[in-house]
Amino acid sequence: MRTKLLGLFGAAMLVQATTATAEELNLYTTREPKLVEPLLESFKTDTGITVNTIFLKDGMPERIEQEGAASPADVLMTVDIGNLVDLVDRGLTQPVQSEVLSAAIPENLRDKEGNWFALSLRARALYAAKDLDLTSFQYEDLAKPEWKGKVCIRSGQHPYNVALTAAYITHHGADETKAWLEGVKANLARKAGGGDRDVARDIMGGICDIGIANTYYVGLMRSGAGGPEQEEWVKSIKLVLPTFENGGTQVNVSGAAVAKNAPNKEQAVKLLEYLVSDAAQKIYAEANFEYPVKAGIEVSPLVGEFGELKVDSTDLTAIARERKAASELAEQVGFDN
Amino acid sequence: MSLKSGTVWQLTAMLIAALVLLPVAALVGFALQGSIGLWPHLFRNVLANALAQTAVLLAGVGTIVAVLGTITAWLIAGFDFPGRRLLGWALLLPLAVPTYIIAYAYLDILHPVGPVQSLIRDLLGYDSPRDFRLPDIRSMAGCILLLGFVLYPYVYLPVRALFATQAANLLEASRTLGAGPVKVFWRIVLPLARPAIAVGMALALMETLNDIGAAEFLGVRTLTVSVYSTWINRTDLPGAAQIAIVMLLIVISLVLVERRARKGQRYAGNARRLLPLSRVRLHGPSAWAATVFCALPVLLGFAAPAAYLVRQAWRRFVFSGIPARIWVEAGQTAALALIATVIAVGLGLLVSAAPRLHPAASTRIAARISTIGYAVPGTILAIGLLPVITFADRQISGVLGWFTEAAPQLILLGSGAGLIYAYVARFLAISTGGIEAGMERVPISLDHAARSLGQKPSGVFRNIHVPLSWSSMAAAGLLIFVDCVKELPATLLLRPLNVETLATHLYGEAARGTYEDASIAALLIVLIGILPVAFLSRSIRA
Repeated sequence: MRTKLLGLFGAAMLVQATTATAEELNLYTTREPKLVEPLLESFKTDTGITVNTIFLKDGMPERIEQEGAASPADVLMTVDIGNLVDLVDRGLTQPVQSEVLSAAIPENLRDKEGNWFALSLRARALYAAKDLDLTSFQYEDLAKPEWKGKVCIRSGQHPYNVALTAAYITHHGADETKAWLEGVKANLARKAGGGDRDVARDIMGGICDIGIANTYYVGLMRSGAGGPEQEEWVKSIKLVLPTFENGGTQVNVSGAAVAKNAPNKEQAVKLLEYLVSDAAQKIYAEANFEYPVKAGIEVSPLVGEFGELKVDSTDLTAIARERKAASELAEQVGFDN
Repeated sequence: MSLKSGTVWQLTAMLIAALVLLPVAALVGFALQGSIGLWPHLFRNVLANALAQTAVLLAGVGTIVAVLGTITAWLIAGFDFPGRRLLGWALLLPLAVPTYIIAYAYLDILHPVGPVQSLIRDLLGYDSPRDFRLPDIRSMAGCILLLGFVLYPYVYLPVRALFATQAANLLEASRTLGAGPVKVFWRIVLPLARPAIAVGMALALMETLNDIGAAEFLGVRTLTVSVYSTWINRTDLPGAAQIAIVMLLIVISLVLVERRARKGQRYAGNARRLLPLSRVRLHGPSAWAATVFCALPVLLGFAAPAAYLVRQAWRRFVFSGIPARIWVEAGQTAALALIATVIAVGLGLLVSAAPRLHPAASTRIAARISTIGYAVPGTILAIGLLPVITFADRQISGVLGWFTEAAPQLILLGSGAGLIYAYVARFLAISTGGIEAGMERVPISLDHAARSLGQKPSGVFRNIHVPLSWSSMAAAGLLIFVDCVKELPATLLLRPLNVETLATHLYGEAARGTYEDASIAALLIVLIGILPVAFLSRSIRA
């Protein structure tokens, strides 16, 4: 046992001690290992650079902050525009100038100074019972009394819903958003909670008729990656891309940044550039069923079936700014109670 | 000479308390960095509901764990009935099932499209869940039941250890004097067991209070959920730390109230050899009733979710075999948990013995402080540990810098030592609480006799406290090991690069919704949890 423990410690120390060598870089990610690994393997094949990773969830910025100048983090990868802007606001990123990145990513999907770059898009969609006569939908409709007792949604405090509420604020202002949240709350078939996939399962289980969830889950479930049961759940629903009354579909991003104290900055930039290459963008599209940021990359056929995505024109950083207000509104109306 | 030795015990106890206090102090530091602007919003919109939900949840879970834990322990220790030996062991098994796994498993089993309701519909002749379905498990009642049925071993374990080693003579005497079993239970068993019940309930309730996984699945909004909303969605760490500290103060005062209520009630046995309790043989319906009562929590808290996991894991295994690296992850999980357990039990023993060997306010307060890590949600404690660990790391690198040009950085955080620290700081409450409760039953006259025979405090510790605490140490070690294996939030935040444990693997899959891939990891968590249960139940029985 003792040698085993020493082995564990030794291996960990070795990782720490070798972070400075040229052929490695360190990735802090809140994206799940199974998604990131295929990208990193193909990056290694291309460049010979090994990527050491740690998969984190809550507290990634705090950890990097406390590690300070000694932080081994090179690339920070996360989802949700709020999280990306937060990293910049805390001074944990550094600007990157790269022709490759500027050419691949549309201007509104990256920071002007190069502190963060979006890598993929996902839309907040409507899942509806298959037999429901419904081909278009507006987010505003969710609060209409005709849906009383028929709506399923996850916690109003989950970042995906906070971003949707924040986008609603940018369209309609705080007062109308509050009334909308109250309306949605009144329509809930069950307590707000669980995950996005539960919306599909609960529609199949007869608990609700419609619900709000991200686009890529439908792809994941249909592809069989979530197992045969999820394939069954998703058969009972169809996906509609909703829009705002005077706008498009609310999208959020996954993205990455180079850490402020990155010991391997050169390699870090190489990884970012790789992540917008055609090969990597295809992995985002085909393995995770997201919308690629790069023009000209096909979405997965499973995603193509949803119809054309008309992205809402609201500036992403404006949505990030309304995050706090959105989260507080959800508490004011007792959305999760 | 004895003064000097007393000082050593005093210093040891204070040092151990400091280890736990440091991250909490760091949280206070975070809390002070922010304004109190959050509180008007909390009072207006959040607190009334969150407090009510928290109170209902705690009252419900507390009742279930106390009733199940105490009665099953009493039945196993005091009676003979069919299946007693097997059940005595099996009653510990729910410990191995993390709350987030049981919540997920039951949600699947009991969902309108799950196996149970599908079967009922078939039997009743309904085609669709839209025509007939049972009430949703995602409710306060569901959450209380699920948590109660996995957390009751926190009460069962210390109470049974107490009945096994103590109290035999009192119980025998009351039986001889003609008291019936019901009277014995209320007049002797309950008062005797109260310290152990209190310790176990405190652990189970703190686990409930800090739970975030099961609560999220089941839609219950406790105060802990508010801490997370404040921190994650509004990037207001100071505000979150403020709520966490207020919660900690509430927990501490509740524990103090309980201890005060118990003050002056000391039920130490006398110094004579402790006899094992002779069991009363039950016959007929009462014997079967006892069997059913003890089997029910095992079925609901372990067998059903475990069977579900085995089924899921088997499907996965048939589909793609066992992922090779899962064995590495299992090894890392077990190694981290084992080191943390040994350290936590050792420190818990020292800090519980200190007030006896050097009775003073300092040692008593140190023992209390060493238990507060459990009262803070896991992630929040881990956040408090970050500045502590990285500060120590900078000092270490500074010292190493005298000897070498390229001094390694972040040695503690990068080696996993920081994570072990987190486990110890969090779970020390389990060993201190359990060992203290065990020592309360060791008469102080034994210490005095040893001292008057010329033993130094260290000799009393070695020859009296260590041997007599053996079963409570074993029980505490079991709980801590299993808790470390299950621990998720601190592990996620503080582990080194490239290290995954079974819990983080499981979380990574579950977060992506690929539950089938996760089922093998989940099953392994449960299996690793069973190993010490099997091993240690023997030494507890002794």
